[in-house]
Amino acid sequence: MNIKTILKVSEGKLLTTGVNLETEVKGAFAGDLMSDVLASIQPEAVLLTGLCNPQVVRTALIADVKAIVFVRGKNPADETIALALEENLPIISSPLGLYKLSGQLMLAGLPSLEKTMNHSFDEE
Amino acid sequence: MPSVLPIISDSQAENITKTEELAYELPIEEVMTENVVCLSPDTIIREALDIFRKIRISGAPVTDQGKLVGILSIEDLIRSLREGRIDLKVSDYMTKNIYVIKTYDPVIEALKVFAKSGVGRLPVLNREGKLAGILTKGDITNGLLKALQQEYHAEEIIRYRASHLFEDIQSERTSLILRYNIKKGDFTHGGSASGHIKRALLRLGATPQLARRCGIAVYEAEMNLIIHSNNGGTLRVEIEPHEITMAAYDDGPGIEDVDKALKPGYSTATEEVREMGFGAGMGLVNIKRCVNEMKLFSSKEAGTQLYMVMYLQDEDKTNKPSARKR
Repeated sequence: MNIKTILKVSEGKLLTTGVNLETEVKGAFAGDLMSDVLASIQPEAVLLTGLCNPQVVRTALIADVKAIVFVRGKNPADETIALALEENLPIISSPLGLYKLSGQLMLAGLPSLEKTMNHSFDEE
Repeated sequence: MPSVLPIISDSQAENITKTEELAYELPIEEVMTENVVCLSPDTIIREALDIFRKIRISGAPVTDQGKLVGILSIEDLIRSLREGRIDLKVSDYMTKNIYVIKTYDPVIEALKVFAKSGVGRLPVLNREGKLAGILTKGDITNGLLKALQQEYHAEEIIRYRASHLFEDIQSERTSLILRYNIKKGDFTHGGSASGHIKRALLRLGATPQLARRCGIAVYEAEMNLIIHSNNGGTLRVEIEPHEITMAAYDDGPGIEDVDKALKPGYSTATEEVREMGFGAGMGLVNIKRCVNEMKLFSSKEAGTQLYMVMYLQDEDKTNKPSARKR
């Protein structure tokens, strides 16, 4: 799914400039805890989150995230937008809630890029 | 800047941010055409027409003793042709109210003037007000594309040089050490050191997967220093042909129960830290998952030392740090 479709499905607003709307993401991941994101996100996902600080962008860069959608109409801090611009990472603000947005994107055919975890963490 | 967007193709669209940046940075003098053919006000229009045809231009500045007095465009010539007066002088048909631009202005200024005025070319003046060149939209496109290409090559060259580092240097044991000081509580910059480390590894020829795993591990370690240390700490990354050792150390307060700290979900982080999306008690668990070897030492007296080791032997042999000939 490309950024253009995500914008449409999320009823969102693009907060960065110079975005190639044709950029493809392979799936989505939703969460507010950055350690969870790092633990189980697979590369080339769109990250759906309610967390708005610059760490979201840094986490995204480390985890090879292709785009971020801030849910519940949240507008991220200026530093967050500045960092995203600097790193050329598209960010979107969507009025939808996290659950609804996840559902809509899934219905539109976007798979989950969150690894399923075993209950036990000991095996690795 | 509507005037620059339509001439950028889809494949270059992802570079638009870069293009915009360049439009603000690149001075006109680097994209303009120098050695402009100038006309004199006394030139006969018929001659101007021949000049235009011969050197295939569609406009030229008109100067009088080095001073810019007007511009003669193909439209002006057509007007004179239509009126059958091509034996008059250039000064009779040239455009006198002209827009100009300075050599030191950024490209974006020229784009604004083009958009506002609708003219096809702008004479460029130097600091002394003398004509230094001429600028068309085509010059801007070419200049931007050239600059973009140069930046692209610059990164390629950095990458190439870096990835050959280990082959070029002969020693019993070569290693490259990166050090970063991490400040306590500096959430604003949290993760930037890790970002630099990831980029460095990519430049050294690491695969994206390896760089990502190292990035995740060192990012968690960096956040731990920011959240938990007394006085901040240090990240130290040692890159060798056969392995990467990432270390995070601080001078306190020390982890009370190391075994507990390694349990998923266990965290001593404050509510404040959790609100920022950290302190899920997954940091060390994540690190352990990402690296081949993790060692954690901690005491109240000596603070905490965390070592994360990544073996490169299993990596693809074309991948640089491991590709050194022994």
